[in-house]
Amino acid sequence: MSVPIPYYLALSALLFTMGVVGVLVRRNALVIFMSIELMLNSVNLTFVAFARQFGTVEGQVTVFFVMVIAAVEVVVGLSIIIAIFRTRDTMDIDDVDLLRG
Amino acid sequence: MPLVLIIAFPLLGWLLNGLLGGYLPRRMVGVVGSAAVGFSFLIALNAVQQPERAEPWVVPLYTWIAAGDFVVRAGLLLDRLSSTMILVVTGVGFLIHVYSIGYMAEDPAAPRYFSYLNLFVASMLLLVLGDSLLVLFVGWELVGLCSYLLIGFWFERDRAASAGRKAFVVNRIGDAGFLLGMILLAVTAGTLDIGRIGERAASIAPPALTAITLLLFIGATGKSAQLPLYTWLPDAMEGPTPVSALIHAATMVTAGVYMIARLHPLFMRAELTQMVVAAVGAATAFFAATIALVQWDLKRVLAYSTISQLGYMFLAMGVAAMPAGMFHLTTHAFFKALLFLAAGSVMHAMHGAIDMRRLGGLGRPLRFTMWSFLIGALALAGVPPFAGFFSKDLILEQAFLRADGGAVLLLWMAGVLTSLVTAVYITRAAIMTFAPPSAHHVAPHEAPPSMWWPMAALAVLSIGGGALGAQSAGRPMVQGLQEFFGLTAHEGAAAPLWLALLTPAVALLGIAVGYFAYRGRRQINLGRVGTFLELEWYLEPLYDRVIAGNAKRVGRVLATTVELRVIDGAVNGIGLAAVRAGASLRRLQTGYVRNYAAAILAGTVLLIGWWLLR
Repeated sequence: MSVPIPYYLALSALLFTMGVVGVLVRRNALVIFMSIELMLNSVNLTFVAFARQFGTVEGQVTVFFVMVIAAVEVVVGLSIIIAIFRTRDTMDIDDVDLLRG
Repeated sequence: MPLVLIIAFPLLGWLLNGLLGGYLPRRMVGVVGSAAVGFSFLIALNAVQQPERAEPWVVPLYTWIAAGDFVVRAGLLLDRLSSTMILVVTGVGFLIHVYSIGYMAEDPAAPRYFSYLNLFVASMLLLVLGDSLLVLFVGWELVGLCSYLLIGFWFERDRAASAGRKAFVVNRIGDAGFLLGMILLAVTAGTLDIGRIGERAASIAPPALTAITLLLFIGATGKSAQLPLYTWLPDAMEGPTPVSALIHAATMVTAGVYMIARLHPLFMRAELTQMVVAAVGAATAFFAATIALVQWDLKRVLAYSTISQLGYMFLAMGVAAMPAGMFHLTTHAFFKALLFLAAGSVMHAMHGAIDMRRLGGLGRPLRFTMWSFLIGALALAGVPPFAGFFSKDLILEQAFLRADGGAVLLLWMAGVLTSLVTAVYITRAAIMTFAPPSAHHVAPHEAPPSMWWPMAALAVLSIGGGALGAQSAGRPMVQGLQEFFGLTAHEGAAAPLWLALLTPAVALLGIAVGYFAYRGRRQINLGRVGTFLELEWYLEPLYDRVIAGNAKRVGRVLATTVELRVIDGAVNGIGLAAVRAGASLRRLQTGYVRNYAAAILAGTVLLIGWWLLR
């Protein structure tokens, strides 16, 4: 008895949308960061769902790659956030607008 | 001995004085400059006399341009014509360099002076020796540059600076003609090689030949100060006097005459051009001589006299009497350089004063200078046995024989009349300068030895130079050139005796008229004729108002409207448009992370949408 694939895809789409909305509307850098993780993992879910559906191993391998890279990205991202917090004393992403033309 | 050395020595002198002249003792600078030209003269003497050398002697240097069939080789060409010229250029050049040592002794800018003068000699030799018309043209432009630099030598004086500019601009007009002629020649004959132009001259269509020669002649009128481009030469007298002697009397201004002689295969075939050359020459000779009658500046008298004498040379070129023209070129280099050096000596003694109304009575203190001037004057007037007599007489004789009763007789008459006027104005100049009573309170001093011995040498040449073409001396130079130009001498149709007596008689008459008119330094008021002559036959106001005035007006419009509004406007407009575009685009860069994220999202959605719906 297995869950049919559309359920996975629906959940994945829901998670991804939550991630996108989170990135777009939240101002706390940490929350934005978590939203990005949400998006990555929704994609991961899609990969494993399809991998099980078609009985192939590539999808699962890709997920491992994504996880490893996500871990690396977390290290870099968090250190940037800490650096920002140390220099500007804020977590609010809207206060960091040095690239404004 | 390599022929290239003849150019290399003055170039070396130019570099030495130009780069290190400031560190050398003042005296050394002049010695280096003079020695450079002196060595050139020795090499020239040696080169001309080498019996084993081929005739003509071509020294190829390198291939300059090779474009398909069209090839220009840079090289040097020594034949009878260029031999004459290199001897004149280096010989007279050397004497004038030596003279300059004394003349420029007080000037702190002497190193610059000598380096320019050396560069000039090198350029002039390149012009003379170039075996391709293009090489000749390089020399032609370089002597123009040196002329500009030396006219404006005392550039802190406004008059000198603008005189230099004028010379440059007027020459540019002529050079445009020269360039066009050269291009047309390259297109029709397919070569600029002087040796080959002669071979191909016969195959050029007559209308093209006429156009080529007329265009080249425009170049000659610019460089040799003929009508209508003569105006720069009188102003060129703002330069140091030895420069006037070397560049604006003896050598550079004769480049136009030399160029026509060089290209005689072309010019001899173009009947119409020959008539134009002869007519312009005769007209200029008479025109400039009359103006010289009313000048007060001694150097300007000599300048107009130079224009006039160059007119004689062009008359000779026009009536196919090239040997006579080259002969006159040579003797003129001697006696006109002498006259200028004497004038320079007067200036030196009088602390720069050159207005003849403020001179006078200089015969006693400047005895040597006076005799030099008088020898030059007699040679210029054409009194036998001075050099100028033989050459001028030969030109007039050839013109008369060529005319044979035709229209050219008018040109001959202009020449004879000019001869009369010449004698009058040079007598006037001599009286005004040297005869008592004096109109100044200066105690003049005679020139130092370095100045007077070049004058002495030129005086000897002005007396004896006629032997180069005198009948009794066997005409060594004229005979040689006659063969070179492939002309048969008019020996059979010898000139009538009265003709041989006419020119000296006219010269003596002119001197007598001048003496009685101006004796005791009388200043004659010529009334309206005087005004007419002072205004250069109303050519000066015409040039000044109509041509120069309108050119300036056009220039002002171009400068204020076209330059400032159109060109600057376009450039500024492009810049402004970029700035505005940037200003509006920068608003996209908000600096908010979410805007970038939204843009990425929108882009992704669009891409996926396009991919799904296509």
